[in-house]
This record gives sequence, structure tokens and C-alpha cells, in this order.
Amino acid sequence: MNTVIFRTIAPYLVALMMVFSVFVLLRGHNEPGGGFIGGLIAASALAMYGIASGVSAVRKAIVFHPLSVAGFGVLLASLAGFASLFAEVPFLMGLWATITLPDGTEVAISTPLFFDIGVYLVVLGVLATVALALEEDDRSL
Amino acid sequence: MAETAGYNIDLPPAMIEGATAIADWTLVWPVALPLFGAAVLLMARKHPHVQAPLALAVIAAVIASCVTLMLRIADTGPVAMTMGNWLPPFGISFTADMLSALFAVTSSVLALVVLLFAQSEIEPREVRYGFHQFLLLLLAGINGSFLTGDLFNLYVWFEVMLIASFGLLVIGGRRIQLDGAVKYGFLNFIGTTIFLMAVGLLYGTLGTLNMADIAVNASRADPTTLTAIAALFLLGFGIKAAAFPVNAWLPASYHTPDPAVSALFAGLLTKVGVYALIRVLVALLPAMRIELDMVIAILAIGTLLLAPLGALAETNLRRALGFIVIGGIGAMFAGIAMSVTTSSGNALAGEGGGIGGAAVYAVHSMMTMTAFYLTAGLVERMTGTTDTRYMGGLYGANAPVSILFIVLAFSASGLPPFLGFWPKLTLVRAGLDAAEYWLVAALLVNAFLTTIACARLWSHIFWRNGREADQTEQPNDRLKPLSARALRWGLAPTIVLVLAIVGLGLWPSALIEYGRLAGVGITAPDAYIEAVGLAGGAQ
Repeated sequence: MNTVIFRTIAPYLVALMMVFSVFVLLRGHNEPGGGFIGGLIAASALAMYGIASGVSAVRKAIVFHPLSVAGFGVLLASLAGFASLFAEVPFLMGLWATITLPDGTEVAISTPLFFDIGVYLVVLGVLATVALALEEDDRSL
Repeated sequence: MAETAGYNIDLPPAMIEGATAIADWTLVWPVALPLFGAAVLLMARKHPHVQAPLALAVIAAVIASCVTLMLRIADTGPVAMTMGNWLPPFGISFTADMLSALFAVTSSVLALVVLLFAQSEIEPREVRYGFHQFLLLLLAGINGSFLTGDLFNLYVWFEVMLIASFGLLVIGGRRIQLDGAVKYGFLNFIGTTIFLMAVGLLYGTLGTLNMADIAVNASRADPTTLTAIAALFLLGFGIKAAAFPVNAWLPASYHTPDPAVSALFAGLLTKVGVYALIRVLVALLPAMRIELDMVIAILAIGTLLLAPLGALAETNLRRALGFIVIGGIGAMFAGIAMSVTTSSGNALAGEGGGIGGAAVYAVHSMMTMTAFYLTAGLVERMTGTTDTRYMGGLYGANAPVSILFIVLAFSASGLPPFLGFWPKLTLVRAGLDAAEYWLVAALLVNAFLTTIACARLWSHIFWRNGREADQTEQPNDRLKPLSARALRWGLAPTIVLVLAIVGLGLWPSALIEYGRLAGVGITAPDAYIEAVGLAGGAQ
């Protein structure tokens, strides 16, 4: 499994998968995709990086412990729900704002987007925790 | 539904008109805040010293929110909020009436006491493995179950609760804990699967899972089908509530984790099953409950009589207490069996009848059993054993604990003037009015047997001077005094909780009045349906 070819190509593949996972996440509101599947792709990228370069390299690369990433995801999702407190509408109501860039492109920013990013981070964090723990010999949570 | 026929079911009109008052958010805080807090604590995993204070702040905010909600419901009736502003029954409604709010307040207060008690015994390793996060998630699951107004959402909160309780059960990592967790987990999974099957069948029959909408539409469906579904609900929730004969998982698992965790479980988890049963059978499907009345009464009598016998036979302290918890479930089932609904035209419907008694009994059982398990934790720590036969001589070693124990014993058996007396009195009165003499007899025999079982525990642990068997005259030299940490964080919160039990026993009128309101709200759910916004619609 751990051949020279795999070890050489893995970092490029991992980078590509990470970019793709973000693409899938952002595409998800109206088309197939979304936070859950995006998080799965990102987590498998990290798992692959761990197999190729070792778990300590992954932990160094992602800076935060994956469980903290998952915690931040839950935080972000609940904050997206709390945003409707200030609009005097019920919890988890979808709120939208449009930003026009200098070249005329319109970018829609919404609370469902932040909720979905939260889902992405939760899936990424939890699965990366499991995958890295399995790849590691000793247990360190 | 017919009410929405006035609208086009396009996205914009299927939304609620008008602004949502900030005050309505008290319905969401008890669930959202613990989730939010658990997320923050998960991120702060590397800082064990901020965990307990942050969890304490979150639970205090939850209590404030629950109390505000309860006072508002007592004042103006049920409150509802539908997530994402979707028009009910399409959106998921959170709906609270008196029963929900009363249970949510009690659960949140007990979570606070258990959090404080846990500081007397928790190991750094358990903090690192996420004790406080699991505690907050468990509270979110419990409050979510009480406050939700949607049956599938109820299932989701059951799962949140189950996952958090798995974590708390195994967090110490001892062999006996894994053994308990397997039994607890497997039997509870069967319970939730049966619950989920019933939810699916009900959706297939009625086409809705919004609780208020079910209450409106239940009379139009085929009663035979609905009775079968109600029986499935009874089985599923019966397993969750540990009613006879599906109670085996409770005494097999509740004595295995740390005392604080088992106190939380014993106080709260089974009552969520009782709550769901009251909500589904009495408020949503009242005609089906009348069909199943005989079954519920037999289950209640069986639970009432057999549970204290189990407690009499046990020598493991916390296992014996587990059987006393189950006996209390029998009393609540008796309340469900003797409840009278408006459809049956009984004069007692205005009083809330058996449901009011069951609600007050549930509050009593939550408080008394939590305090009982905490006291048992202190006893186990001083004696260094879990076997009551080797615990003798504690009266001389620690008189305050013996007083706590005897107060709780009297409260659990329902002797005046303690808290347990009042719900039993309400239930007996409701039973006499409804001419359910077998249930009344079983309640009284249960009180008698529970008194014997508790007195046996007390005399084994406290009254006997010394060691086991024929060495009763020799002093028990295995007793250890409580450490300063155990006195401050263990004994003090327990004393406060027991004082609350005594206080509520001496001045019970407010609690009984809230219980009556809860019973009225369940037996005549018109205000509940109106709060969701479905009143008079869908005819």
C-alpha cells in the first residue's frame, strides 16, 4: 500500500479532494451536494493523507484537533439558527442577504449556508477523529 | 390540511405571518443552549478548569428559561413555535403545555444538582473524555423530548438522549460499566425501534406527525388500526419507562456508572418514557387509551407489586434503589390508567384526575430518586462496598447521611409529611372517584412494601452497629470518613436537594396546582391545539 508512487501523489490528490469538497459544499443548496457529503470527502482526504504521510503530519497540517473542529461546526450551525432572533422570526428561519461585487456579480449569503458549513465541519471533524485514531497505534484523544 | 386550503401551497404563503416575540424563545433556549454549550466545551477540551463553570452557567440559564416558560404557561396557556417559520403541520413545532414545562424545570434543576455532585468524584480522565459535554447533550435531549410538538422530532430527541447516556454510562471504562451499557443499549434500541415503527404506521394512517394535528385528526381514522398503533407505542414507551414486564434493563445497568450519572439516569430517563406515553396515549389518542385501559391497569398493578419485592430481595444498594424507581413508574402508569378524558364525560375531567397525580408523582420521583442515588453514592464511598450486607455501623460514623437516607426512604414510600405523600394521595383519590379499586389497592400495597424495603436498607446500613452475619457486635472498621471535597461538593448539594423535597412536602399546594393544570391540559388539549395554530381548522 505504502509505495513511493502513492506517497508522492497523495499530497496532490489530498489538495484536490479538499478543493472538491468545498465545491460540493457550496453547490449543495440547489443542486446535489451539501455539507454532509462535502465533509465526507474532506475527511477521506485527511484519512488518505494520514495513510501516506503518517498521522502526526495530518495533525500538524490541520492545526486544531478534529474534535474541536466538530465542536466549532455545531457552534456555527446553532449560531445560524440564533440569527433569526434578531429578525423577530422563529428559530432556524432562513435569512438571506445579497452582496454585489464590483464587477456586478451577485453573491447570496444566507443562514442555511452557515448551517451547512457547520454540518460540513461536524462531519469532517468526527470522521477525521475516528480515522486518525484508527490509523494511530496508541490511543490519544 | 383543510385549513391550508385557503393558501396556495407555494413557499412564501406557507409561512407564518407576523413577528415572533422574543418571549417565545424561552421555548427554544432549554434545548439550544445546552447544544451550544456542549459545542463550546468541546472546543475547550484542552482547558479542564473552565468545563464545570461553563456547564454550570449554561444549566443556570436553561433553568431561568424553563421557569419563565412555566410561569408564562401557568398565566396564559400553552406556547408554540414552529421552526423556520413554516406553517404547521408542515414545519416542526415546539409546543409546551404545563406538563412539558413542569418536567423541563424539574429536569434542569436536577441536572444542576448532579453537575455539582459530580465535582466531588469526577476524575480528570472523565473530564477529558467529555463528561460535561455529555451531560449538556443529555439535558438537551431530555428537554427536547419534553418540549417538542412533533412525533418524529420526539424520536430524534430520544436518540440524542440515548447517545449521550451511552457516553455517560461507559465514561469510567470499568468492565462492569461496559456490561451494563450493552444491556441498557440493546434493550433501549429495541424500545426506540418499536417507537419508530409506530411513528411510521401512524404517519401512514393519518398523514401527519404534528402532535396537535394528530389530536385533531385521530377521530377520523379507522379505530382498529389506531388501537394497534397505540399498543405499539405502549410497548415502545413501556420499555423506555422500564414498566413490568419489560423492566429488566434498568436494575441491570443503573448501578454501574458513577453515582452522579446513575442519579441523573434514575431521576430523569424513565420519566421521559412516561411523559411520551402520557402525551401520545392520553392527549393524542384518547379513544385508543380507553381501549387499552385494561392492559395499562394490569401493567401498572404488576409494576407496583413486583418492583418493591425486587427491592426487598436485593443486597446491592443501587440495584435495590433501581427497583424502587420502577415501583414509581407503576404509580404513574396507574395514573394513566385511571385518567378520564373529556370524551368520556366524567365530572373529574376538570380536575385533571389521574394525570395530575401522575405528573406530581413524576416530579416527586425525579427529585426523590436522584437524591436517593446521590445519598447511595455517599454511602458507597464511606463503606467502600456496594453490598448492603457489609455496610453496617454507618449511623455512628455519619449521622447526617443517615437522616438524609431515612427522609428519602419515607418520601419514596409516600409517608407524610414528605413529598411522596401528596401525589399518592391525589392518585388514590382519583382512583376512588373513578372506581378503580384494584389500582388503589395496588398503590397502597406498593407503599407498604416500599416502606419495608427501604426500612430494611436503612436498618442494614445504619441501624446495625457493626459487621455482617454473627459479627454484628464488632465495629465495622472498614468505614472511611468523607473527604473535604466530598463534603463540599457531594454532601452539600444532596442536603439542599433533600431540603427542597422536605419543603415541597410541607408546602405542596403550588406543585399540586401545577400538576392539576398539567392534567387538565393533557385531558382537554384544545388550548394546546390552538397554540400551534390548528384550532377549528382541518374539520
